[in-house]
Amino acid sequence: MSLSRRDFLKTSGALIVTFSLAPESVLAQRLDGASSNQLDGWLAVNGDGTVTAYTGKCELGHGLYTAQTQLIAEELSVSFNRVKLIQCDTALTPDQGTTSGAQSHPTNFNQGALALAGATAREALLEMASTRLGVAVDQLTVKDGVISGKADASKKVSYAELVGGKKFNLTLNTRAKRKNPSDWTVLGTPVPRIEIPAMATGEFEYVHNVRVPGMLHGQVVRPPAYGSTVMSVDQNSVRDLFGNVKVVVKKNFVGVVAEKPWQAMQAANKLKVTWTPGAGLPKQSEFHDYLRNKKPARDTYAVNSKDVDEKIAQAAKVINATYHYPYQMHGSFGTSCAVADVQSGKATVYSPTQAVYPLRSTLAMLLGIPQENVHVIFKMGSGCYGINGADTVSYDAALLSQAVGKPVRVQLTRKDEMAWENYGLAFVIDERAGIDKDGTIIAWHHESWSPTLGGRPGPNSPGNVVTGLIAGFEPAPFAARSPAPDPANFANNNNAVPSYVAGAVNGRGGGTGKIRSERVLTHDVQSPFFTGPLRSPARLQNTFAHESFLDEIAAEVKTDPVEYRLRHLSDPRLIEVVKAAAKAANWEPRSSPRAAARRTGVATGRGISCVLYEGDNGYCAVVAEVDVNQDTGRISVKRLVIANDVGPISNPDGLRNQLEGGALHGVSRTLNEEVTWDDQKVTSIDWRTYRPLPVGADIPKIETVLINRPDARATGAGETAVTVVGAAIGNAVFDATGVRLRQVPFTPERVKAELAKRI
Amino acid sequence: MESAALYGEVNAGGVRKVANLLVPLRGAKKGLSSMSMITLKVNGRSVTLDADPTTPLLYILSDDLALRGPKFGCGLGQCGSCTVIVKGQAVRSCTAPVSTVAGAEITTLEGLGSSEKPHPIQKAFIDEQAMQCGFCVNGVIMTAKAYLDRNPKASEAEVRQALSTVLCRCHAHSRMLHAVTRYAKGVKA
Repeated sequence: MSLSRRDFLKTSGALIVTFSLAPESVLAQRLDGASSNQLDGWLAVNGDGTVTAYTGKCELGHGLYTAQTQLIAEELSVSFNRVKLIQCDTALTPDQGTTSGAQSHPTNFNQGALALAGATAREALLEMASTRLGVAVDQLTVKDGVISGKADASKKVSYAELVGGKKFNLTLNTRAKRKNPSDWTVLGTPVPRIEIPAMATGEFEYVHNVRVPGMLHGQVVRPPAYGSTVMSVDQNSVRDLFGNVKVVVKKNFVGVVAEKPWQAMQAANKLKVTWTPGAGLPKQSEFHDYLRNKKPARDTYAVNSKDVDEKIAQAAKVINATYHYPYQMHGSFGTSCAVADVQSGKATVYSPTQAVYPLRSTLAMLLGIPQENVHVIFKMGSGCYGINGADTVSYDAALLSQAVGKPVRVQLTRKDEMAWENYGLAFVIDERAGIDKDGTIIAWHHESWSPTLGGRPGPNSPGNVVTGLIAGFEPAPFAARSPAPDPANFANNNNAVPSYVAGAVNGRGGGTGKIRSERVLTHDVQSPFFTGPLRSPARLQNTFAHESFLDEIAAEVKTDPVEYRLRHLSDPRLIEVVKAAAKAANWEPRSSPRAAARRTGVATGRGISCVLYEGDNGYCAVVAEVDVNQDTGRISVKRLVIANDVGPISNPDGLRNQLEGGALHGVSRTLNEEVTWDDQKVTSIDWRTYRPLPVGADIPKIETVLINRPDARATGAGETAVTVVGAAIGNAVFDATGVRLRQVPFTPERVKAELAKRI
Repeated sequence: MESAALYGEVNAGGVRKVANLLVPLRGAKKGLSSMSMITLKVNGRSVTLDADPTTPLLYILSDDLALRGPKFGCGLGQCGSCTVIVKGQAVRSCTAPVSTVAGAEITTLEGLGSSEKPHPIQKAFIDEQAMQCGFCVNGVIMTAKAYLDRNPKASEAEVRQALSTVLCRCHAHSRMLHAVTRYAKGVKA
């Protein structure tokens, strides 16, 4: 059982540190005596010497729960297994927004309220021990919750003895001293993930396993096409089925509830619904032209030195290329599931959402009840990699439960998960560069078109995902803007700005490169499908284009791709990961393509790619080695060497796991993955029509080089490797064959078609 | 093994509750398909329940028996997450009607071992930290185990072939293959 702070104060001895994560405006209200729904963050050293802490960032399979537990144990100087972390529950934990964007460990590590609370408690306990033992604080040391004299170790007292049955209430000391990384004993070590033994043995409770008394099972009946609306629902079509089937209709939301999941599945299949025809979809074969011409658009300059056309006109040589990226799926392995109990105007929802507080708010809108009456409890689901069906299925379960007045569990079908998810962004990217007579780039122009619709619901847009839309809410409006205004500050959150330009805005350079003539213009347009963040949104697509293009230029000037990168980079940490990856891969300096490559049979090549993820959130470079079968067009990635710099490494094995998984996710997306559709609907709706790399696939050997920087800011690890892999593979294919692949995925058909164009 | 460990449900406080196995499924009195009493042998225990014989085995295992090992991933037999071992063969329980396995010996992931006492293949996955979200690990372990039980001298290429229709979207493939290889070496030794 999770105890609330009030329970703690009532029942047990504890030293409690409270801190606020709420915005200033909320704090002001609270001082005025107005009630607030914001919970403080807090941490308790209990009377038995254990620690209980509360976090608003959740475990998604990436090891965050373990890393956060390490952080608290370290700052409190207790062993790892003394810490109990409670995650993401709107009745218990602070509002830390969304767990996403490789931002979660950095948030807790850098902004450090949780870590500082640990340090605050440790310092307070040291003061208490100093008084009790008669030893100055600086003459005391702490190990696993026992404070002892440095000179006389027999003088000692434990946290449990100091706290005992008493109560201590502290507020966060923002000046509490964090541990020096050189003193770390828990952080920085490869602590095994807490959940893994239970997962490996079938004991772990996912949201899919949540059972509440009296629970029924629901299924949804989605429209057959985009834009279809309900004309009629024939309740008689399921009248004779087992399971006391109930049919629920709310605007265009249609679902069924039955006693057993298989009964609900059969009822959903048999329910006769008449729908209007869909609105029609643009032709997939012409989709990239459709994007380029779609109006209105939201135009943005990330950088604009306003001399690019002039410099390009003066260049000794100008190079152009266009890159295409498809919509891709999160394609969660387990379909999304939620359990909701909505009765008497109150809702309890077990959800795998990345955002319990925003979900509470949009559930309240959807159900028409005050958000104070909505309790969202995070339970882990299948890996999401961004916004999968977690929020939408929470809406499904809540709407069905509200309609039948009983708890309802919904787990989506594979098709419902895939046909209506918020896809990762398609892109068209034009790149143009001017080169001087020495082969150095003097100007870089980037222009992209990308479709968006909906996304994370946030606190007030339930229509950003399918269930909200069909239940009557509109997606957040598209804010067209043209022409693009001049940028006010340098920000490279989307990695739209290539690594090789200076990133100068208002006289200040924020980029990682040396090229001073730079223009990055992006056009967001409205998407026919829902879109949303998918592991490295926009950053992956932009990096694919930038890093492929840099390689094209290096080949044009017959220079080694590593040397050519280093020539144009200025950021020492980005330079270091490029060098480290090249060194670990035994990179042979020479220009691409490999001399005298054969035109038949298997050709071998290597390529490199790098990024400073989000412009400030992790450095990564990868070397890919590939075999290309020139007869079949099949690419086989043989080896990936990844060098990564996340600042201080909290858990080296967790970091490796993220890099390895991210890299292979990148291989799968680069070689295999593409959402397909016809004139009405999405047609990639299962694992035969959307084909990631299976576990038994011919996968590369993956090697990781971890660069540890204990004194730097912590940065994210979940999305760096996936960002760089695509271009490294494309560059390696070019090295092997002399053929440049500019459209993802690199299917055998596309590769063969490009190979056939060789003169 | 204790029945509570086999069929129990672990609540948030870690307390196990034993599901009442012999209560017939509550179906509506009227209906098109008929219900019938079916006896299953799951993880060494016999269970009799009243079910629509066309119900896929997975639904019985995860809903009626509250087992957490086999999972719904696609319902189409394409991903492996629902895999159980029936008479030594890896079977995708999401597409196998329960009537087809009546009386047969069925083993699920929890039938192999527990977190306190994992089976060697589970231990290999724990030691290699061979998963991320862990949702697919049932399919990988059960498929690899069934294959290696029948082919203890299988080469790595053959094991990969056996896993060629098992998916993992966190792409923890390399660690999983290391774990399977580690286990296979123990089997051969």
